[in-house]
Amino acid sequence: MTVTVERGGRVTGKHDPTGNPRRRPRDSYALFLLPGVLAFLTVIVVPFLMNTGVSFTDWEGVGSPDWTGLANYRELLDDSEFWASFRHSLFMVVAMAAVPTAIGLVLAAALFDYVGKHFGSRVAAVLRACFYLPQVLPIAVAGIVWSWILAPENGTLNELLAAVGLSSWQRDWLGDPDLALYSVMGVMVWVQIGFPLVVFMAGLQRVDPQLYEAAELDGAGWWRRFWHITLPQIRPETYVVLTWCSIAALKVFGAVYVLTKGGPGGATNVPSYFSFTTFFEKTQVGYGAAISTVLTVIILALSLIGLKLQTRAEDEEEGTRA
Amino acid sequence: MTTALRRYPVLVALCIAALFMIVPFAIVAVNAVKSPTEYAQNGPLSLPEGLYLDGIKDFWERVDFGQKLVNSVLISGAVAVLAVVLSVLNAYAIGIGRIKGRTWVLAFFVLANMLPQEALVYPIYYLSKEAGLYDTRLSVIIVFTVIQAAFGTYLLSSVLSRFPREIIEAARIDGANKWQVLWRIVVPVSRPTIGVLLVFFFIWTWNEFLLPLVMLISNDNQTVSVALGVLQGQRLMDATMTNAAALLGVLPALVFFLVFQRTLTRGIAAGAVK
Repeated sequence: MTVTVERGGRVTGKHDPTGNPRRRPRDSYALFLLPGVLAFLTVIVVPFLMNTGVSFTDWEGVGSPDWTGLANYRELLDDSEFWASFRHSLFMVVAMAAVPTAIGLVLAAALFDYVGKHFGSRVAAVLRACFYLPQVLPIAVAGIVWSWILAPENGTLNELLAAVGLSSWQRDWLGDPDLALYSVMGVMVWVQIGFPLVVFMAGLQRVDPQLYEAAELDGAGWWRRFWHITLPQIRPETYVVLTWCSIAALKVFGAVYVLTKGGPGGATNVPSYFSFTTFFEKTQVGYGAAISTVLTVIILALSLIGLKLQTRAEDEEEGTRA
Repeated sequence: MTTALRRYPVLVALCIAALFMIVPFAIVAVNAVKSPTEYAQNGPLSLPEGLYLDGIKDFWERVDFGQKLVNSVLISGAVAVLAVVLSVLNAYAIGIGRIKGRTWVLAFFVLANMLPQEALVYPIYYLSKEAGLYDTRLSVIIVFTVIQAAFGTYLLSSVLSRFPREIIEAARIDGANKWQVLWRIVVPVSRPTIGVLLVFFFIWTWNEFLLPLVMLISNDNQTVSVALGVLQGQRLMDATMTNAAALLGVLPALVFFLVFQRTLTRGIAAGAVK
C-alpha cells in the first residue's frame, strides 16, 4: 500500500521515472523518524521558537504579549545585573572547565601510567571511582552537603579551622559577598573533576605504549613524557572535555539555587538563575526570554567552535599516524 | 630501592586527594546519626556516641520521603525506557536507513541536545498549563524523554552506522521486513550500548533540577532532588535535619554508583569521543 503511494509520488514528482531502484526502500526508513521528529517539534522546536519570539515582546505571562522589537536586548546592554551574571559565568568556566581539565589531565596521567603500572590497575580503578563519585550525586544534594559544611556557625570547615588553631581564618563562606563566588567555585571543582578524569583515562588507553617505552629509554622523565606524549596524544579528548564542561558551566543552575540563591546581593548570580528569577519571580517573561536567548546563542557558538577544534585535532592525529 | 621509595609519595598524594573527595560523604553519614543535643555539644567533628536514627525517621515522615522516592523511580524509569525506544527508532533511520539529509537531521538532534533548558522552560511551563499537564509527572516524563533521546540518537546513530551491513542484507533476503530486522537483529546486537543509555538516562533524569522544580509544585509529585533542593532553599532545616536530608539524598546515588560503576565509566568515554 505505502509502496504504491510512494511510487506514484515519485513518478509524477520527478522527471526520471526509472530512477534508482535501490532508493525507494531506503527512503521508507524515514517513517521510523516520524515519532522522533514530532516529539522534538513539540517539546523543543516549538518552545524554543516561542521563547525567541517572546524575547521581542513585553509580556507578563498572561494576556497577549506586546511587540517591542529589540527593546529587551537594548535594556540588557545597560543592565549591570546582566553583565555581572555573565562575568560570574566566566568564573564558572574556570571552576568547571579550566581547573578540572588541568587537574584531570595530571591525575589521569598519574593514575594511568604511574599508579596503574606500579600498583596495579585495581588501585587505579578504586582511586578513579573516588574522584568520580560526586558526579553521580544530584546537584541539589551536593548543595545541601556543602552548604552545611560551609555554614558560618557549627559548619564543618570552620570547626576544622578552629580545631587546628586557625580560628582567625573562619569565614561566612557562602554569606560573604567577597567570598561566596569563590566558595561556589570550589564546590563546582569538587563536583566536576571526575568527568575529565574518566574521559582522559579512557583516552590514554588508545595511546601506543611503545611511545612511552621509547621515551623512557631516551631518559625522558615523567613530566617530559606527560608534556610531549600524553598531552598531544589526547588532544581530541581535551577539546571535547573543555567544550562540554564550558557548556555545563554556562548552564549551571541547581548549585547556585541551593547554595546561595544568587546572593548575597547578586554576588553569585548566573545567567540561568537570572533568567529563572526574571521568569518566575518578577514575571517579566519577555526580558527573561531575552536573557535565555543570549545564553543560547553563546552556547551554540561555543559548541560549534569546540566541534571544529575536535575534528581538526582528530584529523591531525590521523595525519601523523598515516 | 630508590625508585620504590620515590613511588610512594605520589601514591600517598593521590590517596589524600581521593580522601578529600569522599570525606564530605563520611562527615554527612557521621552527623546524620547524632542526636541534636549531641551535635550542639560536640559539633560536627566528633564521632557519634551512639546510633540515633530518629532524625532520619523524622525527616522521612515530615517530607514523605517514600513518596518522593516513588516519584523519582517512576519518572526516571519511564524516561529511561521511552527515551531509549525513541533513540533506537531515530538512530535506525539515520544510522542504518541512511535516509537522505541524515547529516542535517543528526545536526538537528545534536543542537537540540546543546540547547539550555532555560530557553525552553517558560514555553514548556505555559504550554503544559494550556494542555492541563502542569504539575503532573507525565509532563516531566514527556519532556525528558525527548531531551535525553537527543543524546541517545546522536550516540546510537554513530554506533549503528558501523553496523555490519551483510547481516541486515541477509535478513532482508530471508524476507524479514524492517520492523523484524530492527527488533530481532539490530536491537539485540546493540544491547551493550542500549544498556549504557538506560543507565545514563535513569541517573541523569534522577538528578535533573530546573525543569522538575518548575513543573512539579505539589508535594505528591515532587522528585527527591526537587524536594531536597526546595527544603534547602527555604533555609528551614536545623543541622540534624540537614544531615538526614543529605544522607537520604546521597544513598540512592551511592547505590546507583556501586551497581553501575562499570557501565558509567565506560559509557562516559564512549559518549565523549563518538
